[in-house]
Amino acid sequence: MTTVAAKPATMAQALTRALRDAMAADPSVHVMGEDVGTLGGVFRITDGLAEEFGEDRCTDTPLAEAGILGTAVGMAMYGLRPVVEMQFDAFAYPAFEQLVSHVAKMRNRTRGRMPLPLTIRIPYGGGIGGVEHHSDSSEAYYMATPGLHVVTPATVPDAYGLLRAAIASDDPVVLLEPKRLYWSKDSWNPERPSAVEPLGRAVVRRSGRSATLITYGLSVPVCMEAAEAARAEGWDLEVVDLRSLVPFDDETVCASVRRTGRAVVVHESGGFGGPGGEIAARVTERCFHHLEAPVLRVAGFDLPYPPPMLERHHLPGVDRILDAVGRLQWEAES
Amino acid sequence: MTVMEQRGAYRPTPPPAWQPRTDPAPLLPDAEPYRVLGTGRADAADPELLRRLYAELVKGRRYNAQATALTKQGRLAVYPSSTGQEACEVAAALVLEEQDWLFPSYRDTLAVVARGVDPVETLTLLRGDWHTGYDPYEHRVAPLSTPLATQLPHAVGLAHAARLKGDDVVALAMVGDGGTSEGDFHEALNFAAVWRAPVVFFVQNNGFAISVPLAKQTAAPSLAHKAVGYGMPGRLVDGNDAAAVHEVLADAVRHARAGGGPTLVEAITYRVEAHTNADDATRYRGDAEVEIWKGHDPVALLEQELTRRGLLDDDRIAAVRQDAETMAADLRARMNQDPALDPMDLFAHVYAEPTSQLLEQREQLRAELAAEAEDEAGAGSGPGGTQR
Ligand SMILES: Cc1ncc(C[n+]2csc(CCOP(=O)(O)OP(=O)(O)O)c2C)c(N)n1
Repeated sequence: MTTVAAKPATMAQALTRALRDAMAADPSVHVMGEDVGTLGGVFRITDGLAEEFGEDRCTDTPLAEAGILGTAVGMAMYGLRPVVEMQFDAFAYPAFEQLVSHVAKMRNRTRGRMPLPLTIRIPYGGGIGGVEHHSDSSEAYYMATPGLHVVTPATVPDAYGLLRAAIASDDPVVLLEPKRLYWSKDSWNPERPSAVEPLGRAVVRRSGRSATLITYGLSVPVCMEAAEAARAEGWDLEVVDLRSLVPFDDETVCASVRRTGRAVVVHESGGFGGPGGEIAARVTERCFHHLEAPVLRVAGFDLPYPPPMLERHHLPGVDRILDAVGRLQWEAES
Repeated sequence: MTVMEQRGAYRPTPPPAWQPRTDPAPLLPDAEPYRVLGTGRADAADPELLRRLYAELVKGRRYNAQATALTKQGRLAVYPSSTGQEACEVAAALVLEEQDWLFPSYRDTLAVVARGVDPVETLTLLRGDWHTGYDPYEHRVAPLSTPLATQLPHAVGLAHAARLKGDDVVALAMVGDGGTSEGDFHEALNFAAVWRAPVVFFVQNNGFAISVPLAKQTAAPSLAHKAVGYGMPGRLVDGNDAAAVHEVLADAVRHARAGGGPTLVEAITYRVEAHTNADDATRYRGDAEVEIWKGHDPVALLEQELTRRGLLDDDRIAAVRQDAETMAADLRARMNQDPALDPMDLFAHVYAEPTSQLLEQREQLRAELAAEAEDEAGAGSGPGGTQR
């Protein structure tokens, strides 16, 4: 095999490559969804797959999300590995009943006899100037549904690795794709894609000693930027990219918080009933005696996703993160 | 040609070129429900099939009675009886080949048992010791589905997958009249028709969705007519005429197997019992109506036909009933044993491998159970035991 050096690639390209490699490696992998065939998907993630593998393997379905997921369940029952594309976060909701009542439960209700190896790809989150219903962060719904894995990449190599791992998993996986990062670039070698890590491992994106920012998906680059800016204030921030919300990597997160003694959870999804509450509780329960300050949350406001001209006020940005870091009771230290 | 290409290619349609995509006329159901018993068609019916159907109907009725009795004895949490609908239940199972799949709803335990699944394993859901008690792959029977109509897209997906693999498999999916109002009914029929999936949708119109009559459910001429909107044939059949239901379903299965795509079959029948043992049907319907339907009973209709043709004598009836009694006695005996429960099973099948969170919770429950057992042992050993 000729080796190609690492060069800039987008997250979208890495996702496409992951689908293509998975389809080439395993004839039971089938891609299905709205506009995924001829068009290659509205975000072009399935670009070229129908051409390469035929319409039977990359299928434009009728426009009905419950039907897409429901038929994918039947296909998985028969031994296929469907990869379903939901066109947008807020348009995955019609499939919710299939997801909760069947996808998440089938293995359990049949005592493990009927596992459903299927992947549900959902572009999510805001900051793209999208009009109503195109910018939801819906991860809390999925996290609250036992039986699903919920993962979200923040980098180009992780997009590849997590999608391959999701497709290879014998459990259903909801892969939340941070659509704002689709066109973000990273240096990546498609001939030697990152090793496919087991689902469920967080990673320390940036080491630091002062406090830990616990985050995922869209908010990872924002936290990285905040960590850089924090240096001016004299804070050396660690950034943990969860990658997987379910299962949750208590080990990596707690090891970091025990080192730094302070933590802020950052996500776009609303704070009330959002992932941050669960994460803060877990950290507090496990690291209480290492904490110098309460675990704080920086989240989207508790409102329906705002219209595009107002969304910047809603999204957690560098300043709001630094404000939270500033409230971590530093004075107690001196 | 790939499966998807068989749908026909995209072709642009400039304004004057519009035509209907399919001719609706052949898709329309008959004006009257199709009947065999008591009509000129009865003589042509295969005697062996009629005898088989009869034996299964008698057994099915006995099963319903036994299961209902088990609810009264506290052995079943709940039982939705299909008494009065046995012809539909039995025919649905008998028209399928070994390799085919059945997608039942909660009311279809009879069909599941007639397909060969162990009667006790079939009742696991309703006893409550687990959700699905049988291995779906053993007899190719999907789990009994409680969320209405959600099993229908599964049937479409499975049949489609089998076709993609080149396997000869038909899926028969069952749903009630109320279930036809659900979005999943619509989506499943639409997908099946577009994909030409080898599926038979079998609606048992038993008059009610719990308390709600069909008139509050739909304004369609019949449920079978809905097929036309999807571009598949709709068939209307007398659901209490076992020979007719068998014939119509067998036709639909044959059509699907031959690559003709899906069919929607509506069987007109009646739910003789309340929705479940927990329901009080007197709140929404009168006895007179039930009595009328009892005069059009599936077991009696078939018995009359068999007797008329000299295919059934007292000995045979006695033998069939004896068989049913044996089945019921076995069911009773086995259901009267307490099921073996292992609380650790709660954590075993949530994921292929339990997450670290589930492992922690499993240990918590294990410790609680150990403490409970210790308490009990202590309490038993006299004054030293902890009292709570
Ligand atoms: C999605 C959903 N909504 C509501 C219910 C509660 N429910 C259980 S059975 C039933 C009536 C169903 O009637 P029908 O489809 O005609 O079937 P039948 O019970 O008559 O066999 C209802 C409303 C359910 N099981 N699933």
